[in-house]
Amino acid sequence: MKLKGNVWKFGSNINTDAIIPARYLNVIDPEELAGHCMEDENPQFVKEAKEGDIIVAGTNFGCGSSREHAPIAIKAKGISCVIAKSFARIFYRNAFNMGLPILESADATDGIQNGHEIEVDLVSGEIINKTTGKNYKASPVPPFMQKIIDDGGLMGYIAKRRVFRNE
Amino acid sequence: MGMTITQKILADHTDLKFVRPGQLLNARVDIVLGNDITAPIAIEQFKKANAKTVFDKQRVIMIPDHFAPNKDIKSAEQCRILENFAKQQKLTNYFEVGEMGIEHALLPEQGLVLPGDVIVGGDSHTCTYGALGAFSTGVGSTDVAAAMITGELWFKVPETIKFIYCGNLNPWVTGKDLILYTIGDIGVDGALYKAMEFTGETIDSLPMSGRLTMANMAIEAGAKNGIFIPDETTEKFIKSIAKRSYKYYKSDANASYSDIKEYDVSRIEPQVAFPSLPSNTKSINDVGHVKIDQSVIGSCTNGRLDDLRLAAKVLDGKKAAPYVRLIIIPATQQIYRQAMREGLFEIFLDAKAVISTPTCGPCLGGYMGVLASGERAIATTNRNFTGRMGHPKSEVYLANPAIAAASAVLGRIGSPEELD
Repeated sequence: MKLKGNVWKFGSNINTDAIIPARYLNVIDPEELAGHCMEDENPQFVKEAKEGDIIVAGTNFGCGSSREHAPIAIKAKGISCVIAKSFARIFYRNAFNMGLPILESADATDGIQNGHEIEVDLVSGEIINKTTGKNYKASPVPPFMQKIIDDGGLMGYIAKRRVFRNE
Repeated sequence: MGMTITQKILADHTDLKFVRPGQLLNARVDIVLGNDITAPIAIEQFKKANAKTVFDKQRVIMIPDHFAPNKDIKSAEQCRILENFAKQQKLTNYFEVGEMGIEHALLPEQGLVLPGDVIVGGDSHTCTYGALGAFSTGVGSTDVAAAMITGELWFKVPETIKFIYCGNLNPWVTGKDLILYTIGDIGVDGALYKAMEFTGETIDSLPMSGRLTMANMAIEAGAKNGIFIPDETTEKFIKSIAKRSYKYYKSDANASYSDIKEYDVSRIEPQVAFPSLPSNTKSINDVGHVKIDQSVIGSCTNGRLDDLRLAAKVLDGKKAAPYVRLIIIPATQQIYRQAMREGLFEIFLDAKAVISTPTCGPCLGGYMGVLASGERAIATTNRNFTGRMGHPKSEVYLANPAIAAASAVLGRIGSPEELD
């Protein structure tokens, strides 16, 4: 599956309080959460990010709390994919569990700037910077995580395989 | 090849003899925890999956503590989702306001989380229970839903970093300072995806309250879990309160570690983490002049009885500086009652403190002490991210209860050594 969109670039250690401030955690409605996504970190993002845009960030994206509201807000904002040098552990699980595509690539993060247009192949992990013409390769999605994606997230996965065989 | 305590607990919960770091497995969970922020989404997922009952009504625990007692109408609606679910599922361990406490202080106090357990919670600070020698980790709401339905969850067995602390603690140095120092050393992703195993002679004599504080903040270094090997301190803490049987595990002498860090604690002074990362630490002597508007003593990190006693020792006979708001939050009803009995409330009230009912409230900028633009707080909490306690232009400095108490009196960040 290929995605194409404009890039919103963020730094390292973008925490879940930046993605969705805790003061808005008294709701679980995705649209309402999306309306505050990244508002303290970059107020322009809430106003101008468009359906299909892509977030590119540094290391440890999504660190901090376990709130699934963070990937929910990003997805509901219409962001098609997040590329980062690395992801915080709970955010990583949450993104797969609720179906937000994420990719790890240090080269892509270094070579892609705010406003660039990029194309991402989620299957091959190939990232093409349409603005500069440069190509990058993301770390492949681990096979187990791919199974969760194929089943439509963790709930689909467990519904399909109530008995899980240990490796 | 031997196994670490983390590997052994996961192996036993999957009926495997040996598990290696990196291995994927599906482990039985002993306790699944949700709160008023994370459980509503988990309950929605539970219903969407057409699940009828939780795997065990004694082992699924719901605690409204973040925005409870309800801070506004929307929070009230969230808390009601928990209450209704608890009633419908006949959960044994739902804690209503009046019995409720901050989850990570309440569960160990109630003997509901035990050595050798596998515990998952929809709260990143679920790693706290590693202090008891349990494998305990924070997960998102969908994971909570899956665990509530199946009583199992998938894990990747983490590599372990061993932290060895030696030497005697300096005055006013606590578990909080050890963990802040450690995070300052390795960074906020220094233990990403890994287990942090805390050992050494300093740890042997560290009280359970200090261990809970250290394990609590393992997540602030990106760790999957923080863990201590159970010992006499564990046994003394747990034996009279445990609600189930439990099991002690310890790492094999030939267990493999991805890294080993050693610290001479006699070189560690009280630590202060400056905005906006818990790793941005300085020794108290290097802080300089930082004026504060508020001091918060409480949270899942430092709201236990030992923390309140330490604050009271510093505040005895003193008053908060003019224009400084001192907010003290005992983490559970039991701690609240005991602090009152010991006369700590007299000391706090004389110091012009307000004493709150248990709540996570201000730690995440919810209520009970939200900051205005440009304001600064010193807090015994665990995160100092931008806007964490209120306005995006406010600042949070993290420290232990003695430093937070002394700073309230001084009106700037400082040490009890500076008080008369």
